[in-house]
Amino acid sequence: MARPVAAARSKAPVAPGLFGIRRRTKTRLVIALVFAAISVMPLLYMVSLSFQPTGNIAINEAGLIPTHPVVGNYISAWTENSFGHYFFNSLVVSLAAVALTVAFSSLAAFAFARYKFPFKEVIFYLFLASLAVPSLELIIPQFLLMDRLHLLDSLTGLVLIYSTSNLPFSIFLLRGFFEGVPRECEESFRLDGAGTLRVLTRLIMPLSLPAVSAVAMFTFNFAWDEYPIALTLINSPSHRTLPIGLALFIGAHTTAWGPFMAGSVIATVPLVIVYFASQRWFRSGISIGGMR
Amino acid sequence: MYAAFTVYPIFRQFDISFFSWHIFPGAASPFVGWSNYSFIFHDPVIRTAAFNSLLYVVITVPVQMALGLFAAAMLTDRLPGATLWRALIFIPVITSWVIVSYIFAYTFSAGDGLANSVLSLFAGHAVRIDWLAQTWTGNAVIWLLGIWKGVGWSFIIFLAALDGLPRELVEAGRVDGASERRLWRNIIVPSLRTSIMFVLVLLVIGAAGVFQQVYLMTAGGPYNSTQVLFTYAYQQAFQFFNFSYAASIASLFAVVLFSFSVVEIQVLRRHED
Repeated sequence: MARPVAAARSKAPVAPGLFGIRRRTKTRLVIALVFAAISVMPLLYMVSLSFQPTGNIAINEAGLIPTHPVVGNYISAWTENSFGHYFFNSLVVSLAAVALTVAFSSLAAFAFARYKFPFKEVIFYLFLASLAVPSLELIIPQFLLMDRLHLLDSLTGLVLIYSTSNLPFSIFLLRGFFEGVPRECEESFRLDGAGTLRVLTRLIMPLSLPAVSAVAMFTFNFAWDEYPIALTLINSPSHRTLPIGLALFIGAHTTAWGPFMAGSVIATVPLVIVYFASQRWFRSGISIGGMR
Repeated sequence: MYAAFTVYPIFRQFDISFFSWHIFPGAASPFVGWSNYSFIFHDPVIRTAAFNSLLYVVITVPVQMALGLFAAAMLTDRLPGATLWRALIFIPVITSWVIVSYIFAYTFSAGDGLANSVLSLFAGHAVRIDWLAQTWTGNAVIWLLGIWKGVGWSFIIFLAALDGLPRELVEAGRVDGASERRLWRNIIVPSLRTSIMFVLVLLVIGAAGVFQQVYLMTAGGPYNSTQVLFTYAYQQAFQFFNFSYAASIASLFAVVLFSFSVVEIQVLRRHED
């Protein structure tokens, strides 16, 4: 559905819009600007605060725009509290979760899209039903399960939880895309001697790039900023992830506002990079998910 | 090979359901029976928490959907810089809860925080609201953050749906002399029904699970008055170690939420016919 739409848009610039061609452009531009401004304002505030001394921030003396910008916050954010170590932990956990989620969800989605097996639709609906469970709903059983598996306080445990909690939505998204790949392509590919795994990794996944990149982005995003599960499962300082490290800057009595803001900027940069890198594809990935 | 691809997902599914069955450790333990559940109905904090969770759903979901649809409608036609505006409007969705919660907490800090300063400017006198230390202002900040962070998500889905709308249909209606309002009510909104259903169901589930910004900004205080179901259950489990009580809250909640989602989908489906 998405691809023909995108093609129609680029080929036919004269297609009548929702408001007629170029109608109310000025009003719409102003409204778009207001929405965009409100969306980024808190983040710009964060960037601005990250360049101001903690003392000023703490007594609300910080300006909207730093008059005498300082970079000290970035230095202390990175060096104190082993922030660099937490950053590295988060990077490892997120990338591992992305790899596992993409691998398992494409295998499962491929099976749902191409094969017949008993109770196929029942199983698929069970997957869908688990979308109706908020992620925190499972935190207690997950805690007990990880305890039994001796995976409490381990990054492996986090990776397992992060990848499984993203599977249902990912399978749902990928199945729709995989079904859209014509079987004739697959057959000619097979005639050239390709095995099932090759068909999946060389043909179906590349053709479903929008959905695969959406899955990767959402999983990375989730794993990168997940806080409550990490807070609950992780005990030792050397296994902390970035969100825990950030929350540590905020104390009950003394709060290191400057380093917190600087750390937040550092933590947001990878998210923004991943987002803008995948943005090109993942919007059409979403449109399929939304249509089904 | 064939077997690996068909059998493996089934195995995987068992893995998932294994997680889900464990939702009910409170019920599975025969020694306490239903006493945890009956206590739920006599716990005054639960009433506040359930009310706050419900309020959060009732307030943030419609606002997110309305603003998301409005923004999508504004941006679906060609507009200078459209790609940039679209990207920026989605940005709050990808931000980290820990970060934005504390930024909002700081913006709405007592004394002369940014929110108070801006309000003072408009009011002409010094406004000193202790936002997060009072029930209703605390709730308002929690809602505001939820809405700010959520609009981009419904925006992007409605935008995809509007982009896929057959424009000829709308144009035909316009040629026939239908007013803009009628066009929206009779053509545009009905053809968005699938997306509206999708967004509504997932937003309700998401909003009912509200936890992080409450936990980080007010921790349910003052005196449990901004407590929501998950912050309370979490506190019971990991601060007071009442695991089974917390598990029964979560289980009961899961049943209620799940039945609600099913009913919701059924009702919306019926409207289709």
